Amino acid sequence: MIYKIFKNTMLTIFAAAVIVPSSIVVLGSFKSDVEIYTKPLALPQHWNLNNFRTLIATGNVWVPFKNSVFVSVFSVLLTIIMASLVAYAIARSITVTGKVLFALFSLGLAIPGQVNIIPIFTLFTKLHLNNSLYGLILVNIALTLPISVFIISAFFKDLPKELFEVASIDGANHWRVYRSIAMPLARPAIGATSIFLFVICWNDLLYPLMLINELDKKTLPLTLIDFRGEFATSYSMLFTAIMFASIPMVLMYVFAQRSFIAGLTAGAVKG
Amino acid sequence: MVRIQSTLANRGKGVSGAPKRKKQKDSKILWFMAAPAITLYSFLYLYPALSNLLYATQRWDGVTKPEFVGLKNFIHLLTDDDLFIKILGNNIRFTILVVILQTGFALLFGTFLLKNSKINIFLRTVYFFPTILSSVSVGLIWTFLYDPNYGFINATLKAIGLDRFALNWLGDSKYSLYAVAVTQIWFHTGQMVVIYVAGLQQIPAELYEAAQVDGATRWQQFKNVTWPMALPTTAVVVAYTTIQTFRAFDLIYAMTQGGPLNSSDLLVTSVYNTAFVGYKFGYAAAQTVFLVLLVMLVTWLQRRALRTNDGVKR
Repeated sequence: MIYKIFKNTMLTIFAAAVIVPSSIVVLGSFKSDVEIYTKPLALPQHWNLNNFRTLIATGNVWVPFKNSVFVSVFSVLLTIIMASLVAYAIARSITVTGKVLFALFSLGLAIPGQVNIIPIFTLFTKLHLNNSLYGLILVNIALTLPISVFIISAFFKDLPKELFEVASIDGANHWRVYRSIAMPLARPAIGATSIFLFVICWNDLLYPLMLINELDKKTLPLTLIDFRGEFATSYSMLFTAIMFASIPMVLMYVFAQRSFIAGLTAGAVKG
Repeated sequence: MVRIQSTLANRGKGVSGAPKRKKQKDSKILWFMAAPAITLYSFLYLYPALSNLLYATQRWDGVTKPEFVGLKNFIHLLTDDDLFIKILGNNIRFTILVVILQTGFALLFGTFLLKNSKINIFLRTVYFFPTILSSVSVGLIWTFLYDPNYGFINATLKAIGLDRFALNWLGDSKYSLYAVAVTQIWFHTGQMVVIYVAGLQQIPAELYEAAQVDGATRWQQFKNVTWPMALPTTAVVVAYTTIQTFRAFDLIYAMTQGGPLNSSDLLVTSVYNTAFVGYKFGYAAAQTVFLVLLVMLVTWLQRRALRTNDGVKR
């Protein structure tokens, strides 16, 4: 009985701790500042998109939105292709090749990506890759390759070896086996890994902050940080900007919840 | 080499009867498949990590010619830099607080939400929600909640007559680190709950049935079945959370930028500031080397602690 009361209280408190701030932001994006300060949890007096209009008119948010989409989509796509090829090579190797490859990429798991900020900065300045979205994509790929190789090769290892071998006997070469057997079978793992990577790329602040300072190359997190200074006292604009930046993630979460949770937890467990 | 080739040939025969030559050629294709990833990873991960070691032995402002100073950066870091020691202390406090509370909450909620009932799945989905937001968004949301004048937390406290607890959460050097830690816990507990649920669902139901037959209380069941059986999961959660707290940058940068008076500065924010605000690239590189060693040491200690326990209990 006491256990049940304790359990339900705790569960309710934490659920409220998540729902209340989220509601404040969602509702706040339809409110004026005064309304947010005085009645943060009440329904807006007028449901209109004025804040969104102001944001788009004055906030210059479409360019960073497009930049974020471009960087995230290509980072994920290229990482998945490269990592799955390595994972395939690891899974199919019958010599030391697989072990060498695996050890090589495991090294990257031991070194947090954040420690590379200084050499990457100097290297990119030399190569004129700072202030470049392509540079950002390259960094993202390099940073997420180790964990992606790890997750995908763990999945390949669980597949029955016979599947590959039968195809090889039938005369299919490695490229074909990779394309028409390994990748289709790995679709759930690839999907989950893609979402995991997408969240990382979409939300990253450190590398864009360091590498990008031209206005038309900024990504959404950078723009949000700028807003904090610009709209220091206007939470209605800040909330609207947060909504704008989070909508793609929230939509993906609503429609692909299972892969989302699978992807983000696989990233944790395997990392 | 001879041994490798002979096993290779044997395996080739055993599996498909393919001749030795074909297998070797296949092996080359595998390298070819891995080549793009290896190239990029070597240039933009391994090479920077190595050159970082070189930078750590230099005094360099990022513009003029670097000067070799040996281990001076490290010596200065550990013996003569009060600020760095303070930041190190901040990070350790932050890590301990977040690891203990986040793991504790996650285990608690994981046991509560173990069964796949509709309401439990719904709650897991709600709890997980913050994980999908960006650190910057989370930081800005909590900046509002903590706002001393207009913020939701202080407004609520004042409304229920607890005015004296309505503090300047992020603006007071006494509280800022803990305020950020609470946000970090809010941010990632849901993710750890899901990991715990997956781990706890692996525990055979018979163990609980046997414990119930023996008349074990809920607490005894937890102590003697759940806790020891969940240790491998706990090891994963603790290790991941630890690394997360040593990597923390975005949230701090969005909420306090390390202030006030460096009270919420952590290692990565310090590295960033040393390099890109103070233009001491060599010194910042030395800090990252220290960070790597520290993370390795801590995760090794944790793994040892949780593994030996695991062995004994089983």
